[in-house]
Amino acid sequence: MNYHLLIPEMCLAGTAIAVILLDLVIARKGILQMASIAALIAAIVVSAALWGKADPDIFNGLLRADQFAIFFKVLFSGAAILVLLTTKDYVSKIARFQGEYYALILLSVVGMMLMAASRDLITIYVSLELTSISLYALVGFLKDPKSSEAGLKYLLLGAVASAILLYGMALIFGITGETRLAEIAAAVPAGRIWDNPLLLLGVMFMIGGFGFKIATVPFQMWVPDVYEGAPTTVTAYLSVASKAAGFAVILRVFLEAFGGDILPDWAMIFAVLGAISMTVGNVIAISQTNVKRMLGYSSIAQAGYLMVGLAAATRVDGANDPVLFGPTGLVFFLGCYALANLGAFIAIIAITNKTKSDAIDDFAGMGSRAPVISLALTLCLISLTGVPPTAGFLAKLYLFNAAVHHDLVWMVIVGVINSAISAYYYLRVVKMTWFGTPASAEGVPSSLALRLALAVACAGVLALFFYPSPLLDVARDAAQSVAGAVLP
Amino acid sequence: MAEIPEYAVWLIFLLPVFSFAFISFVIRPFFNKKAELAGYLTIACIATSLLFALWTLYSVLQTHEHQLDFHAHEWLVVGSHQISLGIMVDSLTAIMLLVVSFCSLMIQIYSQGYMHGDPGYCRYYAAMSLFTASMLGLVMAGNLIQLYVFWELVGLCSYLLIGFWFHRPSAAAAAKKAFLVTRLGDFGLLAGLLYLYFKTGTVDIGELHTMAIAGGIAASTLTLAAIGIFAGAVGKSAQFPLHVWLPDAMEGPTPVSALIHSSTMVTAGVFLVARTFPIFVGSETALTVVACIGGFTAIFAASMALVATDIKRVLAYCTVSQLGYMMLGLGAAGLVLAEEGHATLELAKVATAVGIFHLFTHAFSKALLFLGSGSVNHATGTFDMRLMGGLRKHMPWTYLTFLVGSICIAGVWPLACFWSKDEILVKAFELSDARVILFYLGLITAFMTAFYMFRAVFMTFHGEYRGGASAAGHGHGSHGHGDVHLHESPPVMIAPMLLLFCLAIGAGLVNVTGWFDRFFGGHHVVGWDHLVRIFTASENNNVALISSIVALAAIGLAYAIYKAKRISAESMGRTFRPLYTVFYRKYWMDELYERIFVVRVLLNGLFRVFQAFDTYIVDGLVNGVAGGTVMAGRLIRNAETGRLQTYALVMFAGILIIIGLVYWLT
Repeated sequence: MNYHLLIPEMCLAGTAIAVILLDLVIARKGILQMASIAALIAAIVVSAALWGKADPDIFNGLLRADQFAIFFKVLFSGAAILVLLTTKDYVSKIARFQGEYYALILLSVVGMMLMAASRDLITIYVSLELTSISLYALVGFLKDPKSSEAGLKYLLLGAVASAILLYGMALIFGITGETRLAEIAAAVPAGRIWDNPLLLLGVMFMIGGFGFKIATVPFQMWVPDVYEGAPTTVTAYLSVASKAAGFAVILRVFLEAFGGDILPDWAMIFAVLGAISMTVGNVIAISQTNVKRMLGYSSIAQAGYLMVGLAAATRVDGANDPVLFGPTGLVFFLGCYALANLGAFIAIIAITNKTKSDAIDDFAGMGSRAPVISLALTLCLISLTGVPPTAGFLAKLYLFNAAVHHDLVWMVIVGVINSAISAYYYLRVVKMTWFGTPASAEGVPSSLALRLALAVACAGVLALFFYPSPLLDVARDAAQSVAGAVLP
Repeated sequence: MAEIPEYAVWLIFLLPVFSFAFISFVIRPFFNKKAELAGYLTIACIATSLLFALWTLYSVLQTHEHQLDFHAHEWLVVGSHQISLGIMVDSLTAIMLLVVSFCSLMIQIYSQGYMHGDPGYCRYYAAMSLFTASMLGLVMAGNLIQLYVFWELVGLCSYLLIGFWFHRPSAAAAAKKAFLVTRLGDFGLLAGLLYLYFKTGTVDIGELHTMAIAGGIAASTLTLAAIGIFAGAVGKSAQFPLHVWLPDAMEGPTPVSALIHSSTMVTAGVFLVARTFPIFVGSETALTVVACIGGFTAIFAASMALVATDIKRVLAYCTVSQLGYMMLGLGAAGLVLAEEGHATLELAKVATAVGIFHLFTHAFSKALLFLGSGSVNHATGTFDMRLMGGLRKHMPWTYLTFLVGSICIAGVWPLACFWSKDEILVKAFELSDARVILFYLGLITAFMTAFYMFRAVFMTFHGEYRGGASAAGHGHGSHGHGDVHLHESPPVMIAPMLLLFCLAIGAGLVNVTGWFDRFFGGHHVVGWDHLVRIFTASENNNVALISSIVALAAIGLAYAIYKAKRISAESMGRTFRPLYTVFYRKYWMDELYERIFVVRVLLNGLFRVFQAFDTYIVDGLVNGVAGGTVMAGRLIRNAETGRLQTYALVMFAGILIIIGLVYWLT
């Protein structure tokens, strides 16, 4: 058995339990935070060391530590580290339950890691629940009315989504008699998706269940309420890690299990949903006055861009076959999006901690009060808009190029128009920050850890523009390892 | 010493980038009180760059082909398009790196004195660092996209630095003018580059060289691309008809004029033509255009320098004129090569040596002259030569360096520019048919150059002091040196001038034995006796002798008019009244552009149409879309009721609608 392939998960789960127990006896909670971060760093290092090893199967192929899974493990851990680094500035609000907070974050990372590695419907469902339940608790962590409402809403709607997903899985099991993805692929009936109503129902229900995680229309309704109510650190974590986990599991399930005749059909469903998500997310974001809600809608729109990568996963015949463009672009985009979105949230955490307000109007004049943080916020928002010299530009370029290669020019047009619309509300914050009249001349204090996290995010956003090839190569390998079996 | 590794070459460019970033993001926001740090940091970074540039030059010399092979780094692969980042280091790059880093270093040191106490000290050094970085990046760019990015960056820096004293309306206007006029040329450049890319599928400069020489690109493509590229060069190097921005650009601080508007950035156009020379070699039309524009600009600008009274403007016209010379040199050498009919990549590179050699010698002497004019301004508070005079006694060092710089630019043996100018004239003389007229234009220009340079020397340094800024009643061109008293500039300003002074004397000697040509790939070897035999050598067709006589005659005439006063300047002015007016009013080119072109054609014509289109169609569309979007946003926002039942309902309904649509559509 290849137990060593599970070291990252085991290490994090063990630390989570240890943190809860130690919380009872240790007075200096900073140690717990350090321990959590150390465990996450260890998980990254071990995962990276397992990159590209032969025989990645664990438990007879129930889980798989291939490059795809490893990429996401590193992404989740990295996002969790950045979030934990900023927690110190937020800690006054959660002072009493710090141990639980760190443990829940670690457990959700374990759940996401297993989601990315699972190749069986049962393990997928179980790991998804592990993730979700940790996140429900985190969203309601503040215990004030808003946070509690958000937590409850997230829990109830998540349960509904979970039920939908389970129903879809049951239908697929009913048709194929299998729960392993590879065997489902062999047993899926030939022909297009509409030739078999049960298959359509099953696939569609699964899209619904996963769509809740990635927050695509029409499963996005929870986003603004939950994003607004949750502690901002958790919002940042939700918008990046949870969304990435959703995309990981979608890529895994749909490419490995449904990569046959029905591939173009679900790709088209994702294309349409993606185009609608972009438009709905961006259009509503314009009229938002609360920065967390605005970024909530922005994350719906970003999910729409990401779905271009799913739509462009279709098989393309031809000599110079660019077959993996879609998945590669998606994985690359996730990396860039994670950095930019986390960076933006970290900057917002620093600023809102001072102003005690999430209103966009209260960002006025921050450029003179906190020039470095404002500069970082500007950079991250520019990256989310997709303008050079930032990673977001290349990510969009790559995804849209994939779409062109897959005859999805209409999606590119929708995407470009949407990028223009999104510039309005992203740059409105920038404009407010630099040209607004400051309410006071006071500076904005921030911890060293927060500044470090912000610097990492911004450096990544810039570096990936000037030197994207390392991440592009990684993304290519990751996509190849999951889709290669289906799309040679 | 080992061959320079690639990262060290990158450092040449990255060090000034670092000093720019450090000044902008650390020193300016946090240590603004200690502004002098910015100057020291810039100087340290550029000095290190200079060392690396010297190492590069050494390494290039050691290689057989005088070229370092660095592979391009893949930057981004999008579909079948690959975009790479790379550096190209050949003899041209090595020389340019040296010129840029050396001149920049000298001028940064000089600025320590000149900009001392200026409230924008940090901003000045930040912009100068960025400029130096962009210029260095430009000369080592390995592909045309990179080159274009840096090309625009140097333009931006030029804009920022011309308008450095932006509170002066004339400076702000000059910055705007420079930016807009060069943009016109840049448009041609971009079009040329894109056209070339679509026709060849590559932007790598090395590959384009090989393709162009091997005949892999159609002649018509070459012509169009070359003309487009040359348009960019015309804008940047202030060639006719886009020369109008450079004299106005003198509104910037004088060290800026010395660095950007005489020795480096304006030569970027000449560099660009040299860099893409194999493309030009394939098209006789393009080469003829280059030579003719160059030759005409040379004499055209020189004529306006004859009557200018502002010392910096004299130098500015002189720069335009000398840049014309460089273009003439490139064009003529290319034409001679094309006529011989066996162009190879190697020969094409050798041909560029003629123009680049003049760039090389001119950079030092012109930087020197500008620094001299700055030094004069430092003492008198004005740039108007009519208010100077007699400064020789008060500023001996400035006088000495300025005088030698003038002798050099005038083309007197054996100073630097004599050698380079002679080569250009020899090439022009070899041109066949009517094009040989360019040689005579060049010769007349040489006469004018010597005349106006010595006119400037005599008006500024000889005779009686005429009062400086206080006589004019206002401190035109000065920047806060309120009380004017004649004094020599501080050593920190004189020292860099002396270094440049040495190069203005000696830089020409590198090609006496043909070393410079050989560095560019030539094989011709001559002995050191050529130093004197140049006046008798048969292949020279006595060009050196003739041009020397012409230059000396012009100096004599200037002496007679402005020093000995044998001939009255006023009576000369009256005799040649119409000509004087034409020159003084700059051929009414500014009026032509501003009153006729900008006002009549653009403002009242084209822009009216655009505005109507914009107001009614574009704005209508945008407002409609924006209004619609905001409306839609408000409407959909209403759906966010915050009620869970609604949310769950939407999820289910969504799934059902999609399933329904899939069935209905199939």
